[in-house]
Amino acid sequence: MQRYLLRRILLAMVTLLAVSLIIFVMSRAAGDPRHVYLDDYSTQEDWDRLTATLGLDKPYYQQYGIFLGSALRGDFGQSIKEGRPSMEVIVERIPATLQLGLAAFAFSVIVGVPLGILSAVKRGSFLDMAGKVVALVGQSAPVFWLGLMLVFLFAVRWNDWFGDSLVPPYGRQEISSIILPAVTLGWFYAAANLRLLRSAMLNVLDSEYVKLARAKGVSNNIVIWKHSLRNALIPVLTFAGITLGSLVTGSLVVETVFAWPGLGQLAIQALAGNDYPLLQAVVIVFTLMYVAAALSVDIMYAYIDPRIRYS
Amino acid sequence: MTTSTTENTAPVVLEVDGLKTYFETRWGTVKAVDGVSFNLRRGETLGIVGESGSGKSVTMLSLMRLIPEPPGRIVDGQILLEGQDLVQMNDKEMSEIRGSQIALIIQDPMTSLNPVFSIGNQVGEAIKIHQDIPKRTVVQQVLNVLRKVNIPAAETRVRDYPHQMSGGMRQRVVGAIGISCEPIVLIADEPTTSLDVTIQAQYLKLLKELQEASNIGLIFITHDFGIVAKMCDRVAVMYAGRIVEMGDVRDIFNHPSHPYTEALLASVPKLEEDVDRLYSIEGQPPTLHDLPTGCPFAPRCQYVMDKCLETYPLQFDVTDSHYAACWRLE
Repeated sequence: MQRYLLRRILLAMVTLLAVSLIIFVMSRAAGDPRHVYLDDYSTQEDWDRLTATLGLDKPYYQQYGIFLGSALRGDFGQSIKEGRPSMEVIVERIPATLQLGLAAFAFSVIVGVPLGILSAVKRGSFLDMAGKVVALVGQSAPVFWLGLMLVFLFAVRWNDWFGDSLVPPYGRQEISSIILPAVTLGWFYAAANLRLLRSAMLNVLDSEYVKLARAKGVSNNIVIWKHSLRNALIPVLTFAGITLGSLVTGSLVVETVFAWPGLGQLAIQALAGNDYPLLQAVVIVFTLMYVAAALSVDIMYAYIDPRIRYS
Repeated sequence: MTTSTTENTAPVVLEVDGLKTYFETRWGTVKAVDGVSFNLRRGETLGIVGESGSGKSVTMLSLMRLIPEPPGRIVDGQILLEGQDLVQMNDKEMSEIRGSQIALIIQDPMTSLNPVFSIGNQVGEAIKIHQDIPKRTVVQQVLNVLRKVNIPAAETRVRDYPHQMSGGMRQRVVGAIGISCEPIVLIADEPTTSLDVTIQAQYLKLLKELQEASNIGLIFITHDFGIVAKMCDRVAVMYAGRIVEMGDVRDIFNHPSHPYTEALLASVPKLEEDVDRLYSIEGQPPTLHDLPTGCPFAPRCQYVMDKCLETYPLQFDVTDSHYAACWRLE
């Protein structure tokens, strides 16, 4: 178990290092930042001074060393647009994104897991049909459309019935503001969880070891919730690793549709405004969160499946 | 092989009478088990043989009341385990009986253990369900039962997971689960098909010893006549959901009275004979949703008569303890 964990953590660090290198290379390849800072009226002296400040006169390996060193200290340089440290700008946005990501993740689990189990256990029932509809909508409706439809229905169209809009249509002023974006963002993953778990459960329920468990006299509920679920969760968990990673790094579309002040929105602003230092920092933070999510799933994995723990 | 004279006086523990298990499918009703009757005495081993699809595994699942419903259903018959009818029991009563009084050993050791729970956990579970005893006693009993099936270093093996064990070891664990609550009746569904022959012989010997030690009634489901000869006191031959011949092992081997049994025995290759082609029964087993009105074996039978195509044969006694369902015996 310790060896497994150690190896996972080392791998995570290698991933981060590789990503830092890619970012470094891409940012050099994306164009000369001096053209962004300087305009046609700048002099050769301005150019030289900026070259020295940015460290562009040093060889590449040294530049990378400096980049890595300051990145480790959390220093990604000044955001061009905001005129303050990039990290400071990002840190302000992290809570909103985490909140939305975790809420969407919770939604995907709370809806997807029980529905997945029940539609396998009660195959062909009304519940199974309802599950199919939930899955169909989640997997086929584009996120931007789903978001707009939810806003339209819950905050505009049905206002007459409820007296007022049920939930705020955008922003992050009230606690209930999170409901619509979380559902929009989480629905796709809820649908995926549902379908994955349903087919995994059907497989497991048909297995010899479930037959043996029943033959031992284990009651139906325990067969489902203990013997079957733990096995069926393995593919779901694999998927959850990817899900959690992409959810906590924010959603460009959902944050834009709902004017949710998170990292996704920030990334778009940075991209649109050629704010390279900020963009670099955002990408690094995304990677960090993604890797952390994947790592936590790996740990869960080992907890659930002994075959992983011991190999 | 044990002699049957002493066994015959032992009390009957399981009495199956007119058992019918049907499945509703798109193609119609499949009569997987269609009127099966037999009984089993304490300490006796009954072999059930037949081709795939003859209904032997469905019979076994019916005895455990593990037929998936729907599409399956026990439509008629009685399964009397020490006088109590299992067919009439509700789910709760049945789970109390399953594993404690009537237990099952499944055929494939590689897939019949749950990969995410330790061996100790899986053996202990049956004990915990059926016996109200403190945790430490459960652990002790798990170790005892693992030792009974000859698992070396049981103290350390209990913490192992199935993937850390070999096929033979896993099959022993499955066996240990079967006997953990000292059942009256133990059903072994082809418990050795996926083991290699040396391990198979070991396991069969072990099973026999365990049976004799606790005087269990053992039902052995197989398609291997070699195993039948080694293990069983009596044997029932199944074809198309019914028992077509039943009797003491020696009687069946020496005087097979149903053409199907005869053909089955003829298809067992013999070491001392030098043959170019192995014998096989012509034709296919019938499809169970569309059985002919007469004897289902008639289309493949070399002695077929007109009567066979019209009416299902009655049971005719060959000796006191040997009968076959074939018009030739009329």
